[in-house]
Amino acid sequence: MSNPLKTSLLTLDARTKKRNAAETRFRAYGIAAIGAGLAMLILLLVTIFGNGLGAFQQTFVTLNVPLLEEKLDKNGTRDLEKIKKVSTFGYAPLLKKAMEETLTEYGIETNLKSKKQAALLSKSAAAQLRNYVLANTDMIGETVEFTFLANARVDGYLKDRVTRESIANDKSINAAQLDMVDALLAAEVIEKRFNLSFITGADASDQRPEAAGMGVSMLGSFFMMLVVLALALPIGVAASIYLEEFAPKNWITDIIEVNISNLAAVPSIVFGILGLAVFINSVHLPQSAPLVGGLVLTLMTLPTIIISTRASLKSVPPSIRDAALGVGASKMQSVFHHVLPLAAPGIFTGTIIGLAQALGETAPLLLIGMIGFIASNAPDSVASGFLDPNSAMPAQIYEWAKRADPAFYERAWGGIIILLVFLITMNTIAVILRRRFERRW
Amino acid sequence: MKDTSMDTIKISAKDVQVYYADNHAIKDVNVDIADKTVTAFIGPSGCGKSTFLRCLNRMNDTIDICHVEGDILIDGEDIYDRRVDPVQLRAKVGMVFQKPNPFPKSIYDNVAYGPRIHGLARAKSDLDEIVEKSLRSAAIWDEVKNRLDAPGTGLSGGQQQRLCIARAVATAPEVLLMDEPCSALDPIATAQVEELIDELRQNFAVVIVTHSMQQAARVSQKTAFFHLGNLVEYGDTNQIFTKPSDPRTESYITGRIG
Repeated sequence: MSNPLKTSLLTLDARTKKRNAAETRFRAYGIAAIGAGLAMLILLLVTIFGNGLGAFQQTFVTLNVPLLEEKLDKNGTRDLEKIKKVSTFGYAPLLKKAMEETLTEYGIETNLKSKKQAALLSKSAAAQLRNYVLANTDMIGETVEFTFLANARVDGYLKDRVTRESIANDKSINAAQLDMVDALLAAEVIEKRFNLSFITGADASDQRPEAAGMGVSMLGSFFMMLVVLALALPIGVAASIYLEEFAPKNWITDIIEVNISNLAAVPSIVFGILGLAVFINSVHLPQSAPLVGGLVLTLMTLPTIIISTRASLKSVPPSIRDAALGVGASKMQSVFHHVLPLAAPGIFTGTIIGLAQALGETAPLLLIGMIGFIASNAPDSVASGFLDPNSAMPAQIYEWAKRADPAFYERAWGGIIILLVFLITMNTIAVILRRRFERRW
Repeated sequence: MKDTSMDTIKISAKDVQVYYADNHAIKDVNVDIADKTVTAFIGPSGCGKSTFLRCLNRMNDTIDICHVEGDILIDGEDIYDRRVDPVQLRAKVGMVFQKPNPFPKSIYDNVAYGPRIHGLARAKSDLDEIVEKSLRSAAIWDEVKNRLDAPGTGLSGGQQQRLCIARAVATAPEVLLMDEPCSALDPIATAQVEELIDELRQNFAVVIVTHSMQQAARVSQKTAFFHLGNLVEYGDTNQIFTKPSDPRTESYITGRIG
C-alpha cells in the first residue's frame, strides 16, 4: 500500500538538507569576509588616528622676553639696517635670560646651564623673536610676552613618545631638563594645545619637526587639482561624447576603446616617467611645478573620466535620442540639449572620484620631483603659482615618513588624517550628487 | 468633416530595399501614400513595417549597419538625395514612437523644443501660441493648461503619448509617422489617441504602424500588409479587411499566421 516514492513535506530529504547546508555555509563565508574587512578598516582607522591626532596638538612655552637694547640696538638709533645686522645668534642670550628669569619667578631650581635651559625651546624661537623685533622696532627695551614652540623632544615627552628610559642615549635632552619641564608644566609655563600651523604652515628642516606643517603642500595639491580639472574634464568628456555618440563603430574605435580600458590599469609610476621624459626633459617645463604634476595626473585621470562618462552616456535611454532626432534636432543638438544634461550627474561623480584618486597619487609625483622644500609660510607661500616649485600632500607625507626624527613620523600620520578628510569629503560630494540628480525613466 | 482629397500623393516609394548588414529586411516595396489620409501598416512581428516607416524620415540613418536602396519621394523630391539634410527632413516628417518618450523637461519645453531649434517663433508670445495650438490639436490642452511647468514625465502614459504627438505637431510637419503609438497604452488612452489620429488626418498625411488589426480597421483609410519584408497587399482598408486579394493577407487577418 505504501508508495516508496511518496515522501512527506514535513521531513527534509537528503538533497534538501545538503542544499540548505551549502547555503548556510555560503552565508557564513560572506559574513566572515565582511567581518574581516571591517576589522581591517577599524584597525586602520584606530592606527591612523592613534598615531596622527597628536600632530594636531603641539607644546608651547610662554615666556616674557626682555628685548634688551644693548643686545639689539647698541647705539639706540632704531636704525632698521643696523638692527638687521643682529643675526638669530644675537637673540639667543635674550632667550636664555628670559628662561632664567621665568625659572626664578616660579622658584624652580635647576643646576642646568642657561644654554641647556633654553634648549627646551624650538630652534625656530630665535627667528620668531627676530622677526618680531624687525617688525616692531619701537618695542626694543620693553619686555614682551611670547609663545614659542617647544622643542620636539619636550613635545614628545608631553605626548609620551619620549620617556625617561628612552633618552638614555639621546644627546638632545637629559633627565634634568625633563625635571625642569615637569616643573614648568606645573607652573603652566609649558602647555599642550591645538596647533593650527600644522594645517596651514610650511614644511620645516630636519632639526625643527615641531614647526613643520601641511599648508604649503595642500596648496600644491590644490594647484595640481585645478590643472587636472581644467584639462581632464573637458578633454575626457569631449572624447567620450565623440566615441559614444559620433564615432563609427569599426575596428579603429574598437582598438581605441580597448586601449583606454588598458590605460586605466597602467601603474601610475609609468605616467610619472612619461611626464619626466616629455614635460621636463623635452618640453623643459620647470621641475617640481604643480603644472607638471597636474599634467601627469591629467594623463592618469583621463581614462577614469572617459570610462565613467561613457558609462553614463550609455545609460541615457536611446528613446531620448530618438525623440530629439524625431523633432528634427541635429545629432549635436540631441547630445548637448538632452543626452549630456541627463548624463551630467554620472560624469561629475566620475570626475570627482578621478580627482580623489589623483589627489592621493604619490609615485608619479616623486619622479617629477614634486617634493620641493618650501619653508616660507603664508602669505608668501600662497603667492606661489603653477610654475613655482611646490610639494603635494601625499609626497609631503612620504617625505616626513622618510626622515629620521620620530617627531616627523607623527606628522606623517597627521598628514594622512588631513588627506583622508579631503578624500572622504570628495567622495561624499560624489555620492550626494549621484543621489540627488539620479533620474528614473 | 473637411473633404479629404485622397487623390494627392504625398509619399511615393519605388523599389525600396533595406539591408541590415547582410540581412535583406525590405524587398522591392512600391507604395504611394496619399495626403490627408491615415495609412496603416500591418503585419506580423519582424515583417519590416517599422523599418519601412523609419525609412520615411531617415531615422534608419542612425543605425550604422542599415543601408537603403531605391527612391522615396515626398512631394516629388527624393529624400535620399545627396543634397537632402535628414535634420531638415525630420522637421517636415514628424514621428511618434512606440513608447511615450517625453523629454525629462517641463510640458511647455517639451512642445517648445522643436519650434525653438527650427526658429519657428520669434517672440515668446509666438511660442506660447504654437505650444497652445499643438497641445490643443493633440487634445491634451485642457488637462495640462494649468501645469505647463510640471515635468512631462510626470503625466500618465496616455497623456505622455499625446504630449509626444503635440511635440511632433509643433514643428508644423506635413507627414506624421506613428510607430505603434498605442501599444503601451490602456484601452481608454488608446481610444483617445485613435480619436486624435482621425482629427490629425485633416492636416497631415498620417502613417501608422500597428499590431492591432482592429485599430487599423478603425482609424485608417488605406492599409498595407507586410510579410517577410514584402509589401503583400496595399489598398483601401475596407477592401483589405473584407475581401483581401492575396491568400497571405487573408490568413493573417483571419488569424492563421502572424
